[in-house]
Formats: sequence, C-alpha cells, structure tokens
Amino acid sequence: MLNTTLTSALLYLDGVNVTFDGFRALNNLSLALAPNEMRAIIGPNGAGKTTMMDVITGKTRPDEGDVMFGGTVDLTKLDEAAIAELGIGRKFQKPTVFESHTVADNIRLALKGERGPWSALFGARNHIADENIDKVLEKVRLIEHRERPAADLSHGQKQWLEIAMLLAQDPKLLLVDEPVAGMTDAETEETARLLREIAQDHTVIVVEHDMAFVRDLDCKVTVLHEGSVLAEGSIDTVSANERVIEVYLGR
Amino acid sequence: MMTRQPFILTLIDGKGRIFLGILVAVTVLVAASNLMLPPTSALHVPTYAVSLMGKYLCYALLAVALDLVWGYCGILSLGHGAFFALGGYAMGMYLMRQIGTRGVYGNPVLPDFMVFLNWQELPWYWYGFSSFPFAMLMVVLVPGLLAFVFGWLAFRSRVTGVYLSIITQAMTFALLLAFFRNDMGFGGNNGLTDFKDLLGFNIQAQGMRVTLFSVSALALALGYLVARVMVTSTYGKVLIAIRDAESRARFLGYRVEHYKLLAFTVSAMMAGIAGALYVPQVGIINPQEFAPANSIEAVIWVAVGGRGTLVGAALGAVVVNFAKTWLTGALPEIWLFALGALFVVVTLYMPKGILGLFQTFTRRRRADDGVAGTPVPQPAAE
Repeated sequence: MLNTTLTSALLYLDGVNVTFDGFRALNNLSLALAPNEMRAIIGPNGAGKTTMMDVITGKTRPDEGDVMFGGTVDLTKLDEAAIAELGIGRKFQKPTVFESHTVADNIRLALKGERGPWSALFGARNHIADENIDKVLEKVRLIEHRERPAADLSHGQKQWLEIAMLLAQDPKLLLVDEPVAGMTDAETEETARLLREIAQDHTVIVVEHDMAFVRDLDCKVTVLHEGSVLAEGSIDTVSANERVIEVYLGR
Repeated sequence: MMTRQPFILTLIDGKGRIFLGILVAVTVLVAASNLMLPPTSALHVPTYAVSLMGKYLCYALLAVALDLVWGYCGILSLGHGAFFALGGYAMGMYLMRQIGTRGVYGNPVLPDFMVFLNWQELPWYWYGFSSFPFAMLMVVLVPGLLAFVFGWLAFRSRVTGVYLSIITQAMTFALLLAFFRNDMGFGGNNGLTDFKDLLGFNIQAQGMRVTLFSVSALALALGYLVARVMVTSTYGKVLIAIRDAESRARFLGYRVEHYKLLAFTVSAMMAGIAGALYVPQVGIINPQEFAPANSIEAVIWVAVGGRGTLVGAALGAVVVNFAKTWLTGALPEIWLFALGALFVVVTLYMPKGILGLFQTFTRRRRADDGVAGTPVPQPAAE
C-alpha cells in the first residue's frame, strides 16, 4: 500500500508533525497528490494550512514525518531555493511581487532557467527573450501592463501577476495560498478559470476560505483541522460531513 | 513592442553621462590649472586643494561601493569604513617599506615603530609589501576576503536588517581595537605615516599630487561603471528583488546568499581601492579610520545624495565633505550637530536625497509645459 503510493504520488506527506513553542501546528498530517491533480485545502484559521505550505517549500522543517516529491526526493533535507529548482512554486497569501520592477521584469526574474549570479550578470539569465515574457503575460491578460511598475497594479492584478510568475517558473507543483482574498466577484471568477486552465498540465494545491470559489474549482477537497486531515472528498461530500459542519460552526 | 537599447546607452544613462562628463571636466581643468597657471593667477588651484579634492573623490568611491550594497540590495553596512581602512593599511605598508634607510632610526628593513618596539625582524605578514604589485593585490584581496568570509557567515545564517548593521558595526570596532595594539605590528595608535616615495617618486611633489588626484577620479569612474554593469544586468534586478521581497526571491529559486555575497565582496574591494588612494593623499593611516562613526558618516553621504542611484552617492560624499571642510574651519564645534540635523532632515523630507529633489523638479517642469492641471505622468505603458 505504502509503496504504491510512493511511486504514483507527486507529493506525499506522511505523519508530519510541526510544533511551535508547544503549539502543534501540524499533527500527524498525511496527504497524497497524484500528478496533474488539483486539490483545494480548506479549514478554519490555525488549522495548519500555511504551515503545511511552509513545510513543503522548505521554510519550516518538520519535527518528524516524511515529505516526498516525485516519489524519490525527500523535501525535508532541502532549502527553499533547491525546492524551487525541483519544480515547486508558491504564491503567498498576501500578493508578493517585486513592486519596484516592471510587470515584465517580474516575469523575467521568474522564468525557468539558470538562477546563479554569474548567469544573471553575463549568462543566459541576462538574455531572456521578450517573447517568452509576453507569452506568460498574455495568458494572465496583463500584457498591456507590461511596462508598468508592479506597484501600480490593482490588488487583483497583483494576484494574477504572482500566479503568472508561478507559471513562468513552469513548476510541476503549484501551491496557491488564498488567491482570491480581497478580489471582486468578477476577478474571482476569472481566477478560477485561470487555475482550472493551469491545472490541465500542472499539479495544483489551492488553499482558500471562499466556498463559492472552491466549488468553482470543481476538484477534490481536503479539510484540515488542528493540524490534521478531518475529511476528504468532493465539495458536496465534505460540506455534508457532520464533523466539518461542527468545526466550522463551532469556531 | 519596445526595442532593446544598445548596451552602452543602458550602461551610461542620462545621469551617468552628466556625472562622467563633470568628473572628466573637473579633473582635466583642476590638473591643468594647477600645473600650467602661475600661482599668482586667480584661477590657479593650489596643490593642497588638489589633494583635498582627491580625498573627496576617494570618499565618493567609498560611497558608490556602499550604495551598491545598501541602495540596491538593502544591506545596510555600518562597517564599510573597515574595508576602506584595510585597503589604506595595505597601501600604507607599501609606503612604509619604501622609506628604507631614510627613517629616523635608519633601519633598512624595519619601519621606525618596529625599531622603537625593539623588534628584531619583520613580521611575516609584512613580507612582500615592498613590492608594489603585491601591495596593490592586497589592497583588493584583504578587504575582499574579509567581506567574503564575514558575508558567507552572516548571509548563510540569514542575518538581515538591523542585526546585520549591528554586526558590521561590531566588526569595524573590533578591528579598531585590534589595530590600536602595538603588538599587532601596524604601528598601534600612531598608525603608519612619514611616507616618502611612491613608485620612486616623491609623494609630496606637485606632479605626484596631481597624478594621485587624477587616478582617484579614474578609479571613481571605473568603480561607477563596474557598479553600473552589475545593477543594469539581470543580476541587479535580482538584487533589487531581494531588497524588496527577499523570501519571494528565495521561493523563485534564487540563492539569495550568493547574490548578496558577490555584491558585498565587490563592494568591499572597491572600498579598499578608495582607501588605498586616500592614504598617500592625506599622508597617514591610523586606527581611527576604523572608527564606527566613519562608517556611519559614509551612510549619511549616500542618504544625502540619493540612495540606489550610484551618482547620488558620489554627489552626497562630495557635498557633505565639502560642507564638513568648510564648517570645521568656520565653526568647528557645530559640525556634528549639523551632520545629525542633515541626516534627520534628509530622512524626513528628502527620502530620495538631492538627486530625488532634482528629479521631482525636472518632472514638475515637464508637467508644467504640458496641459495645466494634468497629473504628473507615470512611465507610459507600451
């Protein structure tokens, strides 16, 4: 059972524990994602959603447990840059783009390729073709904002720019933390469309509070509570689950 | 779509052209007026003033070096004076070895202070400093190596912000205490002085003074160009990205510590060169150059001129030091108050420094030329 999961899952967490000053942020968390699967993670505040992302991206080391990527790579041994190089991209909860750079430069820095200082000074990274940048910007419909400083974008546009930066990295796994927080309804719909499109050839984890949006994503849902999985299944199954209702209403 | 600019136009932008133009013009005019006009002429620049300007240019190079790490990468180093002083000491050691038998004690090998301390032979770390190329190598290698080791430890442990500033300050203070000790073998409290020759030419001679001034101008121009190559490349964009959102850069897969380390090391080497050119022009190097206050003063120059512009840093260094020379002559007791007030005013009212004021001014004028009442235009979207 365990071995088959190890070989087929792109991301595999087993028995992960993280404690901060006695507070159990993750409690024996286990989760498996198949390649090209989209998964929504929901849960009340403090359920461990962000900590889980921190563990996957190397920001936080778990006290115990396995975090395997592609069946063979142990993510707990690597740092953020090495994990990003493996093909795991992350979008933060608060839109985090490089504000003083133009939209195009934000993508330039994100595009897949060599990452070393020498390459950036004299090598391939210093000669990124404009077409590659435009291709990504067209996908998120920011092409007409190409030369504007990222600081001038609206909140929703910044979120899309950050998603575009993820796309430019061409990762195998995308972690997207609350992509529609603070967005208008129209922007939210547009984001759902974008994520569904991305999920066609990427594995995506979306952490979100907005239930209408999660329903829009039309994918399997995992409910976290107090650092472990409370329920898993389609949105209708989990919303009918009594424990889930209790956790959300009893909050 | 935008066409890519030729490399040279990106490298030397409008500000850069004005800066390099003024630098070349001043250097040529000052040198010519000093060497060719008779001392009685009203336009004659006396030799002491040439060396004074040479000193400002060394400070300007130090400021450019500091701006590279502070303005572009957010590393607020409060210890750059240490790299400057180390470069200065390397040059000072070469100059000491050139004195030879002309010292007070006439010892052909040992500098006076070592004879005075009853030392019998030259310490091993003074070997090689009688050779000019070796000494010049040390001018860049010693500060570079210290910055590399220090940066390696600090950046790998992710020491940032105010904590980094504090340990850089501690570094320069530790060096100050160390160089004060006589048994360190660097002349203790008095430092190194009484220099005679540089490459066989009398260091006091007018021609040598003008040469040192011109070489300082050249070093400043080259230092500026090296920094421009770095900040206009994608490397520079990554530096700015690290400054603005360090963890975002990490999650994009950039090894932030490598980027910082390269900038910090190059910057320290530049500071070392500035120090090496400074020492023969002022005629002395002593541990006081490691004083934490010196490093802080350098930060003020950069802030006054305009952080993250390189040109502004050089401008700030010259303006503040000119004011310092004038004020310490006219009203010596108020200089430190004036410096403090300057820093407060710049931080509160001119966050982009003198250069920022210029830009606001020219932009406003451009806006006035257009339709009245239109807002200041943003960079246009293509």
